[in-house]
Amino acid sequence: MTMDKNAIERIPHIGEICHRGPFAGVPEKRTATFQDRSWRQNKVVESLEEAIRRTGLQSGMTISFHHHFRNGDHVVNQVLDTLARMGFRDLTLAASSLAAVHAPLIDHIQNGVITHIETSGLRGELAEAVSRGLMDCPVVFRSHGGRAAAIRSGELPIDVAFLGAPSCDPYGNANGYSRDDSLLACGSMGYARTDAKYARQVVILTNHLVRYPNAPWAIPEYDVDYIVPMDDIGDPKGIMSGATRYTKNPKELLIAQTAARVIDAAGYLYDGFSMQMGSGGASLATARFIRERMLEKDIRCRFALGGITGQITAMHEEGLIDRILDVQSFDLDAALSLKNNRFHHQIGATYYASFLSAAAVDQLDFVVLSALEIDTDFNVNVLTGSDGVIRGAIGGHPDAAAGASLSVVVAPLTRGRIPSIIDRVNTVVTPGAVVDVVVTDQGVAVNPRRPELAERLRAAGIPVGTIQRLKEKAETLVGRPDPIRYTDRVVGVVLYRDNTIIDTVRQIAEP
Amino acid sequence: MERRFTKDRLRRSMMFVPGNNPGMISDARIYGADSIMLDLEDSVAYTEKDAARLLVHNALKTLDFGRKEVVVRINDLASGLGVLDLEAIIPAGVHVVRLPKTDSAQDVADCEAEIARIERKHGIPEGTVGMMAAIESARGVLNAQSIAAASDRLIGVALGAEDYVTDLKTTRSDGTELLFARSMILNAARAAGIAALDTVYSDVNNEEGFLAEVALIRKLGFDGKSVINPRQIEPLHRSFVPSEKDLKKAYAVMEAIREANARGSGVASLNGKMIDKPVVTRARRLIALAEAVEEVEEV
Repeated sequence: MTMDKNAIERIPHIGEICHRGPFAGVPEKRTATFQDRSWRQNKVVESLEEAIRRTGLQSGMTISFHHHFRNGDHVVNQVLDTLARMGFRDLTLAASSLAAVHAPLIDHIQNGVITHIETSGLRGELAEAVSRGLMDCPVVFRSHGGRAAAIRSGELPIDVAFLGAPSCDPYGNANGYSRDDSLLACGSMGYARTDAKYARQVVILTNHLVRYPNAPWAIPEYDVDYIVPMDDIGDPKGIMSGATRYTKNPKELLIAQTAARVIDAAGYLYDGFSMQMGSGGASLATARFIRERMLEKDIRCRFALGGITGQITAMHEEGLIDRILDVQSFDLDAALSLKNNRFHHQIGATYYASFLSAAAVDQLDFVVLSALEIDTDFNVNVLTGSDGVIRGAIGGHPDAAAGASLSVVVAPLTRGRIPSIIDRVNTVVTPGAVVDVVVTDQGVAVNPRRPELAERLRAAGIPVGTIQRLKEKAETLVGRPDPIRYTDRVVGVVLYRDNTIIDTVRQIAEP
Repeated sequence: MERRFTKDRLRRSMMFVPGNNPGMISDARIYGADSIMLDLEDSVAYTEKDAARLLVHNALKTLDFGRKEVVVRINDLASGLGVLDLEAIIPAGVHVVRLPKTDSAQDVADCEAEIARIERKHGIPEGTVGMMAAIESARGVLNAQSIAAASDRLIGVALGAEDYVTDLKTTRSDGTELLFARSMILNAARAAGIAALDTVYSDVNNEEGFLAEVALIRKLGFDGKSVINPRQIEPLHRSFVPSEKDLKKAYAVMEAIREANARGSGVASLNGKMIDKPVVTRARRLIALAEAVEEVEEV
């Protein structure tokens, strides 16, 4: 081989390209069968302790978890118990969300194993304890999109991600279901994908080690460092239940029906539209009335986004929805569809909702979202209850509201004796600046920012009133509750999707 | 709250609301039923009767039911509770008293006498409160004609099927068992010039069965139906919306009549068919129904 040395030297970076000489970067060629290799030379570690040691985790670092196992999760508690036994302290726990099942964290907080929490939400005893001043450092609440952006930008650096995976091969290709058997487990693992991609070290905990390659995968092996086989990563019953049925509550149905009318009248129900339905009886039920209108108008939806239920996948299978972008499957029907339907596509949290990158929420025509409280400035609270105690999660609420051209917030005007529409929400989670319409059982209010929208609704015969009028109606029915008594101590900080502080949650005063 | 009954109005749906459930009473108006029926009778346990009476009294006094017709189903007079019910609801303001288990014209007369007495006692103009009679027995069905004609206060007669089929020694099935009663009640109502209202369909989750029954009573000629769940209202009302085709025809009939009258002729024809009086009456009713259905009430 003759080489024109001068010509080669004109190639940029040539020095770096060939500094090691030919074949220096390739391992020796192997001759064992791939099956043989995959069982002997892989990332599987015998015990969780060993995996933790190998990651180089130290006290003071940040660990992360996903919440795809919801209230059936057994990963967070097992990992924290192990870390406590191994003597770790002063850890930051950054979970995509936490549920009532995570009450044992209270002990680990009291013992100093965990000193800071970042999450989308808190529920149950842990939430109650945090609201009563359990932690010295306020909990940071982020939206799904905000969290993904913070992890990617390095604002929330993850040292070790411990990710439960219902199926995983010996190299780390992991998923929430399996094509090799009937496993559905949690369907999409969208929120875990951001952690896997950006964490310094990634440990997969799995109860189901399958043969290579576990395709399709949610998390690719190149994002995974260690795999720990576990007997138990979660309780299937708590992870997911059969099918989300449409609500039978007539009030929720009335709200859903009105929401569908509003969306149609607003002009966002056309051939090729896009949509997302938030969790909650009325918002999910809106899909049913959207479907009726779609059949009537003979139109199709280009894509449905978000947390996906069987109601959405049924519309997909009926040919009414072309594509599903699934960051989280809400029920077994949704998980089954993700497994069987090729145009039901799994996406990660970053692509779902991060403001720092191209995000699917930015392509939404409309989103229907629930609310615990809405105020006369259209601010929405989905995080703290009417007693001031944390009992919810931000989820993708602000992301979808900001991304969608039409954000519809649905809520009953009153819940028992508690008004939903008030002067000032306890906690601002989604600012009124991105909320367009509020639909209650007793009337509809349009944000004054969108006068043209109010006009369109009125033209379609939908009686539109002011949000003040709705607030007054609620007060006529149930009166005005006494204000919640708080101390001055901040127990939670709420970040908007761009990770700026939008509100704080204070410790509730003991009676 | 001042209320006075109207004989002629849209009564497609009459929604039962248990009189002892404050939440359901305060939400009753949002579901779009034409009439709201606060129940003191069968949906209230005997031990709850006093509490329900008090609650309904206060609901009538304080709640704004908008333009809805407010009906209260009282206990029958023979139970001793009916008069107490009337004493509580009439001064609080009610459009219509629904008398249950009406077997004869005398039952209507007895109730009317009590209503009139209570109106006088409270200085309410006599004839403010309307009545409707629910027929729930074989005897009542056979007396339907005299019952429907028993008082000027009557806005309509209704069938109460559960008690009726029990009286007949049968059960509810495809509607065959109710055909005679429905026909009797309908003809009695029409002869008296008042509304005919059908019974409830109790299998709330069977929308198909509900719609089949609604189609049947529409064919027979009923004005409306009682509902026990708000979910039944929308499909019920939908079935009352005249079809585009029928509506077009009705407008064409009215137009033809107008033209004929302008020509000074009393006889009109449309597409070669003579338009006689019943055709015009039906067209006029259909248009009135369509317009009433169009009206949107702000909740």
